[in-house]
Amino acid sequence: MPVVSLRDVSKVYPATTKGGDPVVAIEGVSLDVEAGDVYGIIGYSGAGKSTLVRLMNALERSSSGEILINGQDIARLPESKLREVRLGIGMIFQQFNLLNSRTVAGNVSYPLEVAGRPKAERRARVAELLEFVGLADKARAYPDELSGGQKQRVGIARALATQPSILLADEATSALDPETTHEVLALLGRINREFGVTIIVITHEMDVIQTIAGKVAVMDQGRVIERGDVFDVFSDPQHPASARFVGTVVKGVPSAAELAVLRARHPGRIVTLSFRDAGVDQQALFGELARAGVAFEVIYGGINEIQGRPFGHLTLSLTADDAVVDDVLDRIRELTTVTEVR
Amino acid sequence: MDALIDLTPQLWTAAGETLYIVGLTLLFGGLGGLLVGLGLYLSRAGNILENRTVFTVLNVLVNFIRPIPFIIFLAAAQPLARAVVGTGIGNPAIIFTISLAASFAMGRIVEQNLLTVSPGVIDAARSVGASPIRIIFTVLLPEALGPLILGFTFIFVALVDMSAVAGYVGGGGLGNFALLYGYRQFNPVVTWAAVLLIIVLVQLVQFLGNSLARKALRR
Repeated sequence: MPVVSLRDVSKVYPATTKGGDPVVAIEGVSLDVEAGDVYGIIGYSGAGKSTLVRLMNALERSSSGEILINGQDIARLPESKLREVRLGIGMIFQQFNLLNSRTVAGNVSYPLEVAGRPKAERRARVAELLEFVGLADKARAYPDELSGGQKQRVGIARALATQPSILLADEATSALDPETTHEVLALLGRINREFGVTIIVITHEMDVIQTIAGKVAVMDQGRVIERGDVFDVFSDPQHPASARFVGTVVKGVPSAAELAVLRARHPGRIVTLSFRDAGVDQQALFGELARAGVAFEVIYGGINEIQGRPFGHLTLSLTADDAVVDDVLDRIRELTTVTEVR
Repeated sequence: MDALIDLTPQLWTAAGETLYIVGLTLLFGGLGGLLVGLGLYLSRAGNILENRTVFTVLNVLVNFIRPIPFIIFLAAAQPLARAVVGTGIGNPAIIFTISLAASFAMGRIVEQNLLTVSPGVIDAARSVGASPIRIIFTVLLPEALGPLILGFTFIFVALVDMSAVAGYVGGGGLGNFALLYGYRQFNPVVTWAAVLLIIVLVQLVQFLGNSLARKALRR
């Protein structure tokens, strides 16, 4: 059974101006997140991804559809009944949202107070959590004395306080520099592996998905336009918007403009070889080119590794007689996908 | 000067009365202001207890009552004072009326201060299952404490100002003292003595408010 399951969920905001059209933030989204997944949801700002994640702990209420958390539909649950549900779902935020009037320890303790845990238990749990996120020495500091990365680690400790089985990360690294981003992502990875917490990561950075997620859903204009294993979406994006996201981290196939520049510089025939998974024997492939006496130059692309599986695109410029090139390309086509750009 | 020396006991009595009026109105008006301000904040569109009717009613009340010059409000609210505290004159009536006016004035200040609390922090509290009432006491008020203290300090000056007209409805205090013994008896020295006491009082409270606010903001 999925831990989070959305069935045909929509969220419509009333028109912002009188007589205007209502704003559809989420339109008919269905999504299953299995226990133990790190599930990425990526989209440009305004795509509806933040709204979607806020529906999962009912910070916002859906207009229609079912939102099943561990099998229980929370979509129509009254606010007063949501407390139990929310205790099982941690959330971290882009702006950290720490209580400035409380110390680090006070912030981490807050959910435990809401949950009505006794003081001794709270103290022990707070110490344990601060140890885990590496901030034991900052227990008595106030949030405004911390760096962004430290604040987010406090946010993570707070979100984990009640030992939730689900963690929602709403653009949790978007306010952090790249190095701190990787520290925080590494921490989230540990939480997933060591505690088996299901993590749902909202982001507009494909790099975050590549680093941490196992599955991904791509959102555009309130809809999920593509979903699947991160490897599949990265190596073979189906939707143009997905391809654009993948393009931000993976140098794949050259665009028309880039191609024009390449062609001006390289007189040979230009082909793109696609590598997907370990199935492609690169040695054999380049061996064919060498044996046929085709001179080649790699002019674009790269090989990436997602979840330990390599993939990528290499664009080559081949210089030899046309017949020789045709012949060798036929043999290479048996090994992998070849796209010739004429 | 001799007149002032003769009037010293009355001056101290008047100062005591001003403290009494201002102290009680700060308490009642402050609580009323917190309620009105919280009401405005919580019922505002998009907030945790969104309620258009409550917001509109409070908003209109605040906007109507705030600009009425206090001396006119004092006269106009006399029947209400009589109904609530049993008398339309004297210190009880003035305390009631100032508290009422201050509730609405303070309400707006409280609302503005609460609006400075980041909505994200409220989200964070909601996300761990905190109820609205818990959010008010453990998030909203503590997070806005610094500005709220400054707001109360600000309203304190307004209370001293309002208390000065207490004499018109038979109340006491430094305002009454200055008018009765200074102004009407052509003795400016007596008036200035009242002025001096009020300046000292306000400065003390301002200093206290500032230092408490600094402590709350840890700056």
